[in-house]
Amino acid sequence: MNVPTQLKYTSNDEWIKIDGNIGTVGITDYAQEQLSDIVFVEVVVSVDDEVSKGDSCATVESVKAAADVYMPVSGTVIAVNEDLPGTPELINSDAFGAAWMVRVKLSNPSELAGLLDAAGYQKHIEEKG
Amino acid sequence: MFIPHTDAEREAMLRRTGKASLEDLFHDVPAEHRFPQLNLPPGLTEMEAVAELQGLAWGNESTRDLVSFLGAGAYNHYIPAAVDFILRRGEFYTAYTPYQPEISQGTLQAIFEYQSLIAALTGMEVCNASHYDGATAVAEAVNMAYANFRGKRSKVLLSPALHPQSIETVKTYTTGSNIALTACEMDPLSEPKALLPLIDNQTALVVVQYPDFFGRIFDYKALAEAAHQAGALFSVAVNPIALGLLTPPGEFGADIVTGEGQPLGIPLSYGGPYLGLFATKTEFVRKMAGRLVGETVDNRGQRAYVLTLTAREQHIRREKATSNICTNQGLMALASTVYLSLLGKHGLKQVAELCYHKAHYAARQIAEVKGFQVLTAQPFFNEFVVKCPKPVEEINADLLEYGILGGYDLGEAFGPAMANYMLVAVTEMNSSEEIETLAEVLAEVTHD
Amino acid sequence: MTEPQLYELSVKDRQGVRFPAPDVPRAALPENFLRNDLPLPELSEVDVIRHFTRLSQLNYGIDLGFYPLGSCTMKYNPKVNEETCRLPGFAFVHPLQPVETVQGSLAIMYTLQEWLKEIGGFAGITLQPAAGAHGELTGVMIIRAYHRWRADTKRDKILIPDSAHGTNPATSAMIGMRVVEIKSDVRGNIDLDMLRAECDETLAGIMFTNPNTLGLFDEHVQEVIQIVHQAGGLVYGDGANLNALLGIARPGDLGFDVMHYNLHKTFSTPHGGGGPGSGPVGVAAHLVDFLPAPVVGIIEEGDEETPPLFGYITPSKSIGRVKAFNGHFGMFVRAYTYILMHGAGGLRKISEYAVLNANYLLARLKDTYHLPYDRTCMHEFVLEGRWDEAPEIHALDIAKRLMDYKFHPPTNYFPLIVHEALMIEPTETESLQTLDAFADALIKIAQEAHENPELLKTAPHDTPVGRLDEIKAAKELVLCCGVGTIS
Repeated sequence: MNVPTQLKYTSNDEWIKIDGNIGTVGITDYAQEQLSDIVFVEVVVSVDDEVSKGDSCATVESVKAAADVYMPVSGTVIAVNEDLPGTPELINSDAFGAAWMVRVKLSNPSELAGLLDAAGYQKHIEEKG
Repeated sequence: MFIPHTDAEREAMLRRTGKASLEDLFHDVPAEHRFPQLNLPPGLTEMEAVAELQGLAWGNESTRDLVSFLGAGAYNHYIPAAVDFILRRGEFYTAYTPYQPEISQGTLQAIFEYQSLIAALTGMEVCNASHYDGATAVAEAVNMAYANFRGKRSKVLLSPALHPQSIETVKTYTTGSNIALTACEMDPLSEPKALLPLIDNQTALVVVQYPDFFGRIFDYKALAEAAHQAGALFSVAVNPIALGLLTPPGEFGADIVTGEGQPLGIPLSYGGPYLGLFATKTEFVRKMAGRLVGETVDNRGQRAYVLTLTAREQHIRREKATSNICTNQGLMALASTVYLSLLGKHGLKQVAELCYHKAHYAARQIAEVKGFQVLTAQPFFNEFVVKCPKPVEEINADLLEYGILGGYDLGEAFGPAMANYMLVAVTEMNSSEEIETLAEVLAEVTHD
Repeated sequence: MTEPQLYELSVKDRQGVRFPAPDVPRAALPENFLRNDLPLPELSEVDVIRHFTRLSQLNYGIDLGFYPLGSCTMKYNPKVNEETCRLPGFAFVHPLQPVETVQGSLAIMYTLQEWLKEIGGFAGITLQPAAGAHGELTGVMIIRAYHRWRADTKRDKILIPDSAHGTNPATSAMIGMRVVEIKSDVRGNIDLDMLRAECDETLAGIMFTNPNTLGLFDEHVQEVIQIVHQAGGLVYGDGANLNALLGIARPGDLGFDVMHYNLHKTFSTPHGGGGPGSGPVGVAAHLVDFLPAPVVGIIEEGDEETPPLFGYITPSKSIGRVKAFNGHFGMFVRAYTYILMHGAGGLRKISEYAVLNANYLLARLKDTYHLPYDRTCMHEFVLEGRWDEAPEIHALDIAKRLMDYKFHPPTNYFPLIVHEALMIEPTETESLQTLDAFADALIKIAQEAHENPELLKTAPHDTPVGRLDEIKAAKELVLCCGVGTIS
């Protein structure tokens, strides 16, 4: 199971990559494995939207399940992945890279402290069984 | 009764389960409430039950006994014999929802064809496997529009000329939500242009009926454009028989089309089960509630059908689903598919034209009767409003003496102000003699 | 093997059913409103009959064989029901006819109301909801209306067990209630500690299926109801599993405040390939005034000479109408016929044998399949469709292989709290021979899973079509026959 060490995670299987004050968000390899073949993804926020931690930012659908993706942090949306809706299978093949969903400028960096690190997330998915 | 077990078999089975008697199976049920004596009449044999039901059926006067001019959302159309033959096939009617597609291709292809025919009829791109009826389909359209705007727009314009029971149903469904219903409190005979000033950037949906509850045909293009200009969606509730003749809503700007499918080969059956039509544009397909059948291939390379986009539905999304709907009106959708197949392109147009011409003939005949006034400022399909010289309730009671089921008493829906207004419906089942007799009898019962 | 689509069978200028020319003068058609083209197929009647007959032969139904779908109650659909609902006096009556002309239909509805109330132990009932989920919506709306009428507006929380059918949370969310999940304990009962913790002044009620989707009768049912009532909440019963309780226990007696019935499950009305159903909702005395309008009642009392006059009554605090017209009358006639033929003794026998059949199958299978809850079951039970020693085999593969043995598979993947669930409900109309054949097949499949798993992974083999590409169906949406501008 791929759990890159430089990222932070949530217990709802989102990851966030931090570069200075910018956060890039997606869902984890574990999440895509649980969902299996993804057929549809919709990013529901737009550039310049103000989002809060916990807001729904995307929906992901496979044949047998659907899941909401929630913002791990608050901020202003500066980019959304335009390529993703056309190729939802990217989430299965490259969950941490090409299948990023939303990029935000953080408004409250202290929220990062509440997220899981790689070891914490690894433990979380092992407990889920 | 339908339980096959012999006493010997029961005893053998009890032994295998380790229970001494049938009662022992229910030890988890609290003792003080176990095995209540139900106060029901003793069971009858099939022969006796049929006799009793036949007696009750004779307690009704049906549209087979009476000449009917009653419509108002349910219509007396001719159902070809072949429809029921297909519905009675056990492979169709004793099957369940096609969750195991490998042994449900009959149901799945039939629904796929239903979706196709209704999409073609309404001029829309996609159609679901049906809702419960026309009224709940309108409520689902309201839900869908609200979800589409993620709660940012909460105003819904419901034309006051929608079927009053559709409006009531939407009101029940939207109780306690943020959705603000407007326009439905206006004068029911208002024209569509009265809705224009109410459309704004808070509007999620504008809903009209075509033909409307009073049988009137309006041009809704301007209203559709105004809705779209304001960023709102536009939904049209239809009578599917009328679409055998009239321009379909897909061609004048509808984003959603709903309808009551009962006229398509489904008997009146005292109100149900009926058929909720629901169609929309491809861009909204994921927002649409209800089942969907899609085409695909199997592992042998054959074309086949399967329930698709099921991740939207309640059994997967649970509390995140936009609707809780589980069943569709499966067998009724099949009935409508068989009906439309039997009539086809030419037959449906024939039925629509017969309804149109006979209704217009009836309107002219009734207009000649002293004291009666037919309200026909607008083109109409097969229903029209008649202003009567005395309350409709009295006239209808008199008509029954002559074996005629009169039109709908609009006072029932709209209060005493419309107690003298009757909504008359005419279908292909009404002969010219019946229409002429209606006019004669109306004259007879009001000539004093 | 595949049947062509209607449009592929269509030939220009064919017409199946014809109609006469108008016997009235033609009126001018409304020029601006005429459609240019009506893209429907053109078929002869023989084409239509053959097409749909062939399609039907690709289907499996109860009339062909065993259909043990858990919580669906796929019992035999009596043919006499199909005759009685089609009696012209019932089939051709318009819903808006004056009540004096439809006393037969109203008598059926009134009596069915009385019988269902008696069976469920309720004081009031509506026949209006079109299906189970529709009944749930109605019931939860009644609960909400009741609290609002008491001016207790903080109550927006609905508790739902983790074993619940998806319609339960969907229904609650649909009307804006907050859903909180309650876990089941190791015996499959509602976890009482968790329940107590959630009972506060925001509690509107609980949606409780009993017996639950594990087929288990909650061993603390009275306590659950008491705890919720004490906190000021109401108890909604999902009556999907009523087939275990006819003449055995009345939910109303146990304390349920409101419950929906599924006429298409317990009362034998046919499933129709997905519908129509019918979901009447029974209520306790304090909720009678909130029922959807209208309800059938006696509007003029009768005497020795004359029968009572039946008509419609609007309850004083009604939540309003939940659909047009009166409900699925065609289903009422079928359910009425069914209850009429069974009587109290017959109904009890239904539940006794439904539960006996389930326990028998459980006894035959528990050594071959893992049984997560080893208790006496009610009318259904859940097995795990997996073995540690056969890790590639999932419940889905077992289900697909069952089709090769000419059985419809049980419900898969539900309830969610059991891994690889197989929910089996035989119903009372299945014979010992059928049950033994089914158990033998499942035991054989278990053996195949260990010795020759490929047989399961590639199943079904003997069906009209094999496993379908569901991913393609979702990604490349084709929802209509290809015909001109329709895609």
